[in-house]
Amino acid sequence: MSISPGLQATPEARELSVIFNRADRIFRRIVTAGALTSLILLGLIGTFLFVRSAQIFNDRGLKFITGSNWTAGSGDGVIPDDFSIGPMLTGTLLVSLIALVLSMPLAIGGALFVEFYATPGLKKVLTTLLDLAAAIPSLIFGLWGVVFFSSYGERWSDLLNSRFGWLPLMKVQNEVFGRSPFVAGCVLASLITPIITSVSREVFSRTPRDLVDTCYALGSTRWGAIKTVVLPFGKSGVIGGAMLGLGRALGETVAVYLLLNIVFRYNFRILESEGGNIASLIALKFGEATEYELKALVAAGFVLFLLTLVVNIVAASIVERSTRHR
Amino acid sequence: MSQTVQTSVMSMSDGQSESPVVLGLETRNIHAWFGKHHVLKDISLKFPEKTVTGLIGPSGCGKSTFIRLLNRMHEFIPGAAMAGQVLHDGHDIYSPEVDAAAIRLKVGMVFQKPNPFPAMNIRENVLSGIKLAHLKVADHDSIVERCLTRAGLWKEVKDRLTATGGSLSGGQQQRLCIARSLAVEPNVLLMDEPCSALDPGSTLRIEETIKELAEKIAVVIVTHNMQQAARVSDYCAFFLTDGGPGYLVEADATKKLFTNPGDTRTADYVQGKFG
Repeated sequence: MSISPGLQATPEARELSVIFNRADRIFRRIVTAGALTSLILLGLIGTFLFVRSAQIFNDRGLKFITGSNWTAGSGDGVIPDDFSIGPMLTGTLLVSLIALVLSMPLAIGGALFVEFYATPGLKKVLTTLLDLAAAIPSLIFGLWGVVFFSSYGERWSDLLNSRFGWLPLMKVQNEVFGRSPFVAGCVLASLITPIITSVSREVFSRTPRDLVDTCYALGSTRWGAIKTVVLPFGKSGVIGGAMLGLGRALGETVAVYLLLNIVFRYNFRILESEGGNIASLIALKFGEATEYELKALVAAGFVLFLLTLVVNIVAASIVERSTRHR
Repeated sequence: MSQTVQTSVMSMSDGQSESPVVLGLETRNIHAWFGKHHVLKDISLKFPEKTVTGLIGPSGCGKSTFIRLLNRMHEFIPGAAMAGQVLHDGHDIYSPEVDAAAIRLKVGMVFQKPNPFPAMNIRENVLSGIKLAHLKVADHDSIVERCLTRAGLWKEVKDRLTATGGSLSGGQQQRLCIARSLAVEPNVLLMDEPCSALDPGSTLRIEETIKELAEKIAVVIVTHNMQQAARVSDYCAFFLTDGGPGYLVEADATKKLFTNPGDTRTADYVQGKFG
């Protein structure tokens, strides 16, 4: 067969595409619908919150975020409405951060214990218990906090204040230690620890067995293997778990409502008996709100919505960055 | 049968000194269990320094369990049990006062899949054993160079020691793993099918490395590849199972085992009639 020069020209490229069969097409539509539904819901919630609260942002502007008053007016204009959520916003972050800082070492330590030190029988029991604990309603934790924990929390606060009172964070104006961001943070920590532990344990258990074995074969202790292989491998998963916990802490309503004196004043002294967060503000004011106040509450909800969204996006990007170079 | 095994293995160390202490490893009447499941029966073998011993046999005959008994990795599996003695330089590594981690420093191990630590670069991988075992070493650079050279990888990576292990090819990664296990200066190296995930070129490269290592230390290699066993090992031990615990059929100089085995089952296996 001879090759004529004309045939050597590059033939025209045909575009190739995957052709799904019927079953695949139907299945694809179902999963696409599922994915879209949650996206649309998220969008609708955001839109709803924004539309219902647009008037507040229009009236008050940035002052809604930075101001520290929540006063319903007298209605006749003598005392004007003054709604802003500054202290609640910082309170939300403060209480959540306390919870996160307290729960992280507990969760990581607990997950490592269950996965690497517990006997097989104990491991099974603990794994089940952890998943159960993660599903306990926050109200139960709130009640436990009020009835049982708060007296311990007060004593711990007193102790912290007497030792570390020179730190601005640990100062108090009144020597009353109950119902403080610290106490609420402790209870929130116990609320989110099971979730973070559960997620971390799951990730740790996925560490490639031969990498752990390699550490042992190099004369390593168990802790050496954990430090060298397990923690670097599980890092992004642990961060993911922490963000799940943080998300829950940011939006926590009942436990904070029961455990914290809600006071509209900026407070960064964690042992002081005042604070608050956005969710508990909404729960507190919702019942007797005027029409305009209701809008302000929805606006507060919108801010919380944005806050959790930002936290999750940041978390996703951290996870992304820490897994990329593998 | 174990009698004949004993004598034929004894003849292995003819070239060595006549002293009863074998430098390297020796197993005496080893058994192994997983829970109630008896997986290995009465294995007595010697792995003297400066030799390569191939462990061959069909899947499920206990070769991997056996090799993991030699550096006390067997015990990480819940329910694991053993009987008999494993002597390292004449001392029983299973006697109660022995620190298992210290034994694993002297009896190193290379696994089936190349597995450099993903969070570390090439240099850190080589030094990881030293760090993990808290060994005090003065000159890290010379260790890195020496171990990579012995593993036959130095020339290829000396200009990129800070690249991640994952950036190397599979064969290079496996040689990096060999270098990593050499850094803590073992006098026995256990290799569990080290080439089964590699291409033929890399396999040959690793085999050269194994031969060079055997100028100093004892190498024990599990392999399913008869040609590899013939190429690389001085002695071979043939394991088999009849559905019960794995046992040793025979052990001898590789040349003899492949050309004139004492047992017809060995002949059938090395000729590829089963397995």
